[in-house]
Amino acid sequence: MKEKNTSTREGFGEAIFEIAKKKKDLIVLTADLRESTKVDKFAKKYPSRFIECGVAEQNMIGLAAGLALAGKTAVTTSFGVFTPGRTLDQIKINVCYNDVDVKIVATHCGINVGKDGATHQALTDIAVMRTMPNMTVISPCDFIEAKKATKAILGMKGPCYLRLGRAKMRIVTKEKDRFEIGKANVLMKGKDATIIATGYMVEKALKAAFLLKKDKIHASVINCHTIKPLDKKTIIEYAKKTKAIVTAEEHEVNGGLGGAIAELLSNNFPVPIEFIAVKDKFGQSGTIDELYKHYELDENSITKAVKNCIKRK
Amino acid sequence: MVKDIKKLEKIAQQLRIEIIKMITNAGSGHPAGSLGIADVMTALYFNVMKHDPKKPKWNKRDRLILSNGHVCPARYAAMAYAGYFPKKELMNLRKFGSKLQGHPSYTDFPAIESSSGPLGLNLSIAIGQALALKMDKNPATVYCVTSDGDHNEGNTWEAIMFAGNRKINNLINIIDRNHIQLSGKTKNIMPLEPLKEKYLAFNWSVIVINGNKISEIIKACERAKKIKKPVAIIANIIPGRGVSFMEGKSEWHGKAPKKEQAEQALKQLTR
Ligand SMILES: Cc1ncc(C[n+]2csc(CCOP(=O)(O)OP(=O)(O)O)c2C)c(N)n1
Ligand SMILES: [Mg+2]
Repeated sequence: MKEKNTSTREGFGEAIFEIAKKKKDLIVLTADLRESTKVDKFAKKYPSRFIECGVAEQNMIGLAAGLALAGKTAVTTSFGVFTPGRTLDQIKINVCYNDVDVKIVATHCGINVGKDGATHQALTDIAVMRTMPNMTVISPCDFIEAKKATKAILGMKGPCYLRLGRAKMRIVTKEKDRFEIGKANVLMKGKDATIIATGYMVEKALKAAFLLKKDKIHASVINCHTIKPLDKKTIIEYAKKTKAIVTAEEHEVNGGLGGAIAELLSNNFPVPIEFIAVKDKFGQSGTIDELYKHYELDENSITKAVKNCIKRK
Repeated sequence: MVKDIKKLEKIAQQLRIEIIKMITNAGSGHPAGSLGIADVMTALYFNVMKHDPKKPKWNKRDRLILSNGHVCPARYAAMAYAGYFPKKELMNLRKFGSKLQGHPSYTDFPAIESSSGPLGLNLSIAIGQALALKMDKNPATVYCVTSDGDHNEGNTWEAIMFAGNRKINNLINIIDRNHIQLSGKTKNIMPLEPLKEKYLAFNWSVIVINGNKISEIIKACERAKKIKKPVAIIANIIPGRGVSFMEGKSEWHGKAPKKEQAEQALKQLTR
């Protein structure tokens, strides 16, 4: 295993390399981003099952769908701003409408891309991907979970989207923790409110929950790694138990995890919800900490939101 | 307008020094492409283009659309030296709150004409602007800089087809043909040849030059303006130009030099 702080994209890279040995029908594609998306090791070891498409993402998704129609499992790799970014129609029609075995793996999702700025920070990908019929949407929170998520999506048939980060992040899950698509993991149990987080925001949510304890506020923390299909049972259960929900994601507030949870609860058990997310703004250049603070994605913003939410009960 | 080629070459070298300092200071960025395109940026901002740094939105100005946005340090440096903003601001590249975003941001810095970064998008923008100028009988020329990577994208070819069909003759596409892209040499990732013939087949006119020779860049632009078709100037460029250990190397596509490497680079550039 790797050192303590490492990225989810590296978890994917390690897992895909391990799986390749047994899964002979696995084809990996990239669009001039093999190193950044961590499939360079796979490309070296399995050149005949690796396809370099050049900087042509639309063609890449189409090729992947074609490969899948012919019986392969195709994994495409690029940044979240490009897939789904510019390949919406290819994903919707070629992949989802055909309902084929294509796994769209996107790195550099969220604001943690840092200095490259707005054009490279994927903040609308969850919203786009969760509107597609047949699509499964997964957003792991750390290196270990990214490895498990990679294995899980390759263990099922059909379109999947795997959302990964560029930055190194503290590992918060354990090897022995269970990972099941569509089943959220409860990390902390508290009666006053529930923080439902995804991706790198899980780490921030845990920090926030510890900070809140000092103020005698006991929050539950749920790691919602599967955004579609949502774990309805667990989320409704915690809405009933705590009656205050705070969602946290490195994504636009419109249409993301928070939106999905609001849709679910308004139908089933309406409670006050606060959203930790980027508020209808583009990203920008900066260090990761500057950006988390500016866009109110840091642990202090989460604790504030929890307190506000409890007041609204 | 600077006519003396020696003087222009000195400016280009100065821009290269700034590029190394900016990217090193930022700790990330794209040195190879930026160093390579410095001669084109110098020729455009100091000789070829009609523009006024004090009035960046002057209606008769020539437009420059940079499609391969990642080489923006070269453009930022040229604009600072041309007088668009104080040179010391160059060190704000990629910093939080800076108008010099990692990839060009139009809303933060309108003088750059259009945001860019995702490849393959901006030749269309340039054609759209060229069409609008024609409608308004505005005599300005639209210059677009596109890269190898831009030509991997389908959108670029849609734009090329459109401009050829519509005979957009106030558009000059300067191709930063440095033969590298992110993960290797273009001939190993996505070969573009025969590029000239492709453009000709799409009803463009083509001029091939050494894109590190300022005199050739200026001459090609002058010629291109007189041609009654859209013109592609294929500028063969050495990526990393001026820094021996970066020249021709895709490894320097997207990483900042370490302190000692930057010192070595600056030593070579100030010689
Ligand atoms: C649509 C899109 N896909 C991927 C990228 C990531 N990327 C940035 S630069 C680059 C390679 C570009 O090649 P070129 O423009 O020729 O670069 P250079 O000569 O500067 O190395 C890639 C794939 C991008 N910016 N846009
Ligand atoms: Mg190039």
